[in-house]
Amino acid sequence: MSDEHIDEISGVSTTGHEWDGIRELNNPLPRWWVVTFYITIVWAIGYTIAYPAWPLLHSATKGVLGYSSRSEVKSELTAAEAAKGKYVAAVESKGVSEIAADDALREFAVAAGGAAFKVNCVQCHGSGAQGSKGFPNLNDDDWLWGGKAEQIQQTITHGIRFASDPETRLSEMPAFGDIITADQITQVSAYVASLSGKIQDASLIEPGAKVFAENCVACHGDNAKGNRELGAPDLTDAIWLYGSGEAAIAAQVRAPKQGVMPAWGGRLGETKVKELAVYVHSLGGGE
Amino acid sequence: MLDNTQVERLDAEAVNSAKVRQPMYAARKKIFPKRASGSFRRFKWLVMAITLGIYYLTPWLRWDRGPFAPDQAVLLDLANRRFYFFFIEIWPQEFYYVAGLLVMAGVGLFLITSTVGRAWCGYTCPQTVWVDLFLVVERAIEGDRNARMKLDAGPWTARKLMLRVSKHAIWLVIGAATGGAWIFYFADAPTLFGDLFTGTAAPVAYVTVAVLTATTYTFGGLMREQVCTYMCPWPRIQAAMLDENSLTVTYNDWRGEPRSRHAKKVQAAGQSVGDCVDCNACVAVCPMGIDIRDGQQLECITCALCIDACDGVMDKLGRERGLISYATLSDYNANMMLATAGGSSSVNPSLIRTADGLFSDKVAHFHIRKIFRPRTYVYMGLWSLIGLGLLYSLLTRDRLEVNVLHDRNPQFVTLSDGSIRNGYTVKLLNMIPEPRTIVVTIQGLQGADMSVVGDDIPAGRSFAIPVEPDRLKMLKVFVRQPADQIHGTAQTFKFRVEDKASFESDEYTATFNAPETAR
Repeated sequence: MSDEHIDEISGVSTTGHEWDGIRELNNPLPRWWVVTFYITIVWAIGYTIAYPAWPLLHSATKGVLGYSSRSEVKSELTAAEAAKGKYVAAVESKGVSEIAADDALREFAVAAGGAAFKVNCVQCHGSGAQGSKGFPNLNDDDWLWGGKAEQIQQTITHGIRFASDPETRLSEMPAFGDIITADQITQVSAYVASLSGKIQDASLIEPGAKVFAENCVACHGDNAKGNRELGAPDLTDAIWLYGSGEAAIAAQVRAPKQGVMPAWGGRLGETKVKELAVYVHSLGGGE
Repeated sequence: MLDNTQVERLDAEAVNSAKVRQPMYAARKKIFPKRASGSFRRFKWLVMAITLGIYYLTPWLRWDRGPFAPDQAVLLDLANRRFYFFFIEIWPQEFYYVAGLLVMAGVGLFLITSTVGRAWCGYTCPQTVWVDLFLVVERAIEGDRNARMKLDAGPWTARKLMLRVSKHAIWLVIGAATGGAWIFYFADAPTLFGDLFTGTAAPVAYVTVAVLTATTYTFGGLMREQVCTYMCPWPRIQAAMLDENSLTVTYNDWRGEPRSRHAKKVQAAGQSVGDCVDCNACVAVCPMGIDIRDGQQLECITCALCIDACDGVMDKLGRERGLISYATLSDYNANMMLATAGGSSSVNPSLIRTADGLFSDKVAHFHIRKIFRPRTYVYMGLWSLIGLGLLYSLLTRDRLEVNVLHDRNPQFVTLSDGSIRNGYTVKLLNMIPEPRTIVVTIQGLQGADMSVVGDDIPAGRSFAIPVEPDRLKMLKVFVRQPADQIHGTAQTFKFRVEDKASFESDEYTATFNAPETAR
């Protein structure tokens, strides 16, 4: 492209590129545009001096302003901590019932507790706290150890049947397979199933009631309504942790499954546990 | 009456004329627009006063909305996400009104352009208005065209320095005032005005003022016509918007050519001359630095100042005004055909005139009828349709709304008595600046009742709750239905909200889920 070609119509030289007879005019850029372009270059040089930019062998230049995205995150986190400081202080100093009664505090605790729940509790209780077989649903109004905010706090702090916490909630239903006969188990299972309205073989209910009176009332009570002091479930309601129906009840009488919940007090600290308690209390079954 | 030769010939040359077509991009040639006077100039002063007045004064207008809403007539409250426009208050979800207005502005621009060309560019575009304002300052300080050219060409003296510094200083002040006015649309103007000068306004306010000062100063003072020529897309779009019946600023060469500075001499030699005396007045006043006599061109913003300049010269010469005029391409073409005897000769002024020197009857003139043609009917129809639609929607819009979000996880909860509970997040929107008591009722769903988390409202099928003015109230509502009343795994029912005082109401159809075993 040594010989310069001038376009006849515009009188402008061309770049020498040609496609099927069409040539590209070589117009200069507007001066202000070029100036802006140079300014951006100068800006870019200044920017790479001011901010971390040039990669070195094992690190990169730090920039004279000392900026780093990590320190920015840190300062943002500090600011966020400071912003919720007064709520955290209030949660620390107040009891869970008090927190639950205060609109702003409850909102804060439910948000904070909800986040903690997603990290620590969903593995067993499910992401909606809906539970599953053997793991209680926390949305409902059936509580083994009590549904008041303080009772929930106690359960979370010390766990259930958690051997290494001396204050853990403890209950142990004996394996009645070794104590009563198979027939008696069938009878008592039929009786218990009938308590929540499941129609059973009527001939089993009366002997079943007798077996119940002899073996079960100590914990589950005369009316089978359970006992929260002992963590004994209400056998007359519609909620069954290990499944409803005669067969599931019989299996639980013969060789009870007993879930374990860890004590979270030491691991999460009192404030976080309070937030969790308020969150669980807010799910709809709180008393 | 003056003779042709007595009209002062101005030493002006178009920076981009047919003879000297400059490269498309090059260093800017300075333009020193001469002050024009005439009816279009007067009209432009008026438009300038109105548009600048609207821009600077609007934020200071007050509008009483009662104790629970700001009293600024036009306010974009970004922090609270509300837009106030006199009696209208817009929430973010109603932003389609603004979108509709923008569509109307677009269609309006098409309508205006198809009838009177780039009237937006020539009269009301902020770039044009502010450049005009900056030119007023420039003329006041440095003088009109000739004085400015002389000053620019002259050496740097103390006087030149003083003039230049004061000009740029005033431009910067105008720029700052422009940026300053902008931020008043986003906060209470009197409060912000005070804060701005005591240094207590938000940093974003200062940054905005700084940025807008810089852009106003650069675009209005330094770049001027380059913004229109190089940066603005509208000159390109308008080529597609104009048609042969659009009015646009036109040099009527069918009566102007052949132009001559020495008409009498030429006439004496037996040649015909047109009305154009080649005085360059049209070029001298042009803020874009073009020569309208080269025909329609991209740079022309149709500010019509060349019409004023030319009409002034024609008046002095005792000839008809309108050598440069608003004309349509179809009229222009018809007259051109007439003047060139159907295109067979070059322009011959005698063909368009009668023996006594008046225009022949065959000369086409603009008729108002041309504005009304199918194309403009479509634009007008579309514009009115959108406008009426928006108006209807505005007059019938709800100021009380309910939105409901059904809990998905868990979808339902079985309670100890066997009844089924569903959770809902109910959002009550009180969209007026008055506190209200809203009654929430469930309709359908036999035997069901509601309870609200955190509120001591007894379970029931209806409850009343106060909602703050202009606020959204979010409630967590549990709906419970006894096992024996459940019909199906997904029943529909309604949340109804009502303001008993104003009889406004809204409904939301929700679903109630239940397990298959519940019945």
